Amino acid sequence: MTIALDAVPRIRRGVKCTYDQIREAHVVLFPEGVLVLNETAASVVALCDGVRSIGDIAVALADEYAGVEPGDVTSLVARMVERRVVDVDG
Amino acid sequence: MADAPFGLLAELTHRCPLQCGYCSNPLELVRRDAELATEDWRRVFDQARSLGCLQIHLSGGEPLLRPDLPELVAHANSLGCYVNLVTSGVGLSRDRLRSLASLGVDHVQLSLQDATREGNDRIAGIKAFDRKVEAAAHVLDEGLPLTVNTVLHRQNLDNIAGIITMAERMGAERLELANTQYYGWALRNRAVLLPTREQLAVADPIVAAAQERLRGRMEIVYVIADYHEAHPKPCMYGWGARQLTVAPNGDVLPCPAATVISSLEIENVRDSSLHDIWHHSPSFNAFRGFEWMKDPCRSCPRKEVDFGGCRCQAFQLTGDAATTDPVCSLSPDRSTVDLILETEMKPAEVPAMAMRKMQ
Ligand code: SF4
Ligand code: SF4
Repeated sequence: MTIALDAVPRIRRGVKCTYDQIREAHVVLFPEGVLVLNETAASVVALCDGVRSIGDIAVALADEYAGVEPGDVTSLVARMVERRVVDVDG
Repeated sequence: MADAPFGLLAELTHRCPLQCGYCSNPLELVRRDAELATEDWRRVFDQARSLGCLQIHLSGGEPLLRPDLPELVAHANSLGCYVNLVTSGVGLSRDRLRSLASLGVDHVQLSLQDATREGNDRIAGIKAFDRKVEAAAHVLDEGLPLTVNTVLHRQNLDNIAGIITMAERMGAERLELANTQYYGWALRNRAVLLPTREQLAVADPIVAAAQERLRGRMEIVYVIADYHEAHPKPCMYGWGARQLTVAPNGDVLPCPAATVISSLEIENVRDSSLHDIWHHSPSFNAFRGFEWMKDPCRSCPRKEVDFGGCRCQAFQLTGDAATTDPVCSLSPDRSTVDLILETEMKPAEVPAMAMRKMQ
C-alpha cells in the first residue's frame, strides 16, 4: 500500500503500547498478537497520535536520530497498518 | 533456552451454558470442585508475566461463570497484560461488561454458532442467539473491539454468507471462520460435522469475496478444512514456541488440545512453576524445533511453515504423536484420512450429535 506524507496515522482502538521489562523492549499488544519494537519503531509508534502527519513525525524524529528519512517512517507505518496496529486518515 | 512465550490461554472453567458438539475442551471435563482457586490463578498470572506473557486470554468453558472473574481481570491488567475475554455472550449483561471493561478487559471474542437464531440455538443446545446479539451491542457501546468466532462444519457451512453478514451487523472488527478440528468432542461427532467437498467448493469463494469486500473494515481469518487439503494447517508458531494453556485444574498444556495425546506427561501448576514447565518439562520439549521429526517432514521444506502439522491429529489417527500429520498428502497414512472422508462425509445414516456435557 502507498501512504502519503500528509497522511495522519493513529493507533487503532483496542491496541495497547507498553514497555516490557522482561524483554527490555517497547511492545505493541493487540487482539491477535504482540509486536516487539526496536527503538526507532517505538519512537514512530509513540508519535502516531492522530494529530501529526507522517511528515511531522519524520521531522520530529530527525532531531533525535540522524538519518531518519520520511520514506523510513512511511514504510514502517505501512507495516503497522498491515498488522492492524495503526490506521491512517487522509 | 526456549524463547519466552507471548500468550497465556487461561481456561478458567470447563463449565458452560452451551453444549456445542465440537467443543475444544476435552471429553473428560474438569468439574467445579477440581478448579483452581482465585489465589492459584493470581499466582499463575504472576508467573506467566515474569516468564514473558503479555496477553492473557480468559477462556473456558464460559469464564463468566467464575465469580472471581472481575478480580482476575483486574489482576491480569495490573500486570500490564492485554486482556482478552473469550465468551459465549451468555451472561454478559451491560452492567457486567461495563464493570469488566473498567477493570481492564481490552478485547472481547464472542462465539457465534450459526447465522440464524434457529440454527445457532440448535447447535448451541440452548437459546443463546438473542443474548449473543445483545452482548455484541454492549461490547460496541463500551467501545471495545470485537472478534466474532464461528466454527464451521456440515451443519452451518451452507450459511456462510449469512454468518459473515451477522458478524458485520454485530459490529465485529474481526471474524474468525475456523473449520472444525477433529479432537475430543468434534472427533466423537465427526460423522455429523465433516463437510462435503461440494459445500467447501461453494463456501471458499464466498469467504474470499467477503475478505476482499470488507478489507479495512472487518478482517476475516479463515481456517481451512484440513481433511480436504493436501497439506496440514500449521501447528501454532511451533510447539512450545509462543503460547501456553492452563486448564481449569491447573494442568499446563503446550496446546489447548494436548490432553488427547495420552502418552504426554502433563505437569500441573500446583507442583511446578510455569517457568520450569515451559523450559524444562518433557511435554513442552517433546515437539519443540525440528529435531523430533521423522521423514517425510524432516527433509521437507514445508516444515518451516506447518511444523509437520498437528501433533494431536497425528496421535489420534495413527497412535504416534511424532509422526507426520496424516492429512498431509506426503504422509504414508493419508489413506486413513481418505477413508474417513469416504465413509463419514455422507454417511448412510447420520448419527445424532452428542451434545457436550459434564459426566
Ligand atoms: S511432509 Fe511434513 S512438513 Fe512436509 S508438508 Fe507434510 S506435514 Fe508439512
Ligand atoms: S498440536 Fe494440533 S491442536 Fe495442538 S496447537 Fe498444534 S495444530 Fe493445534
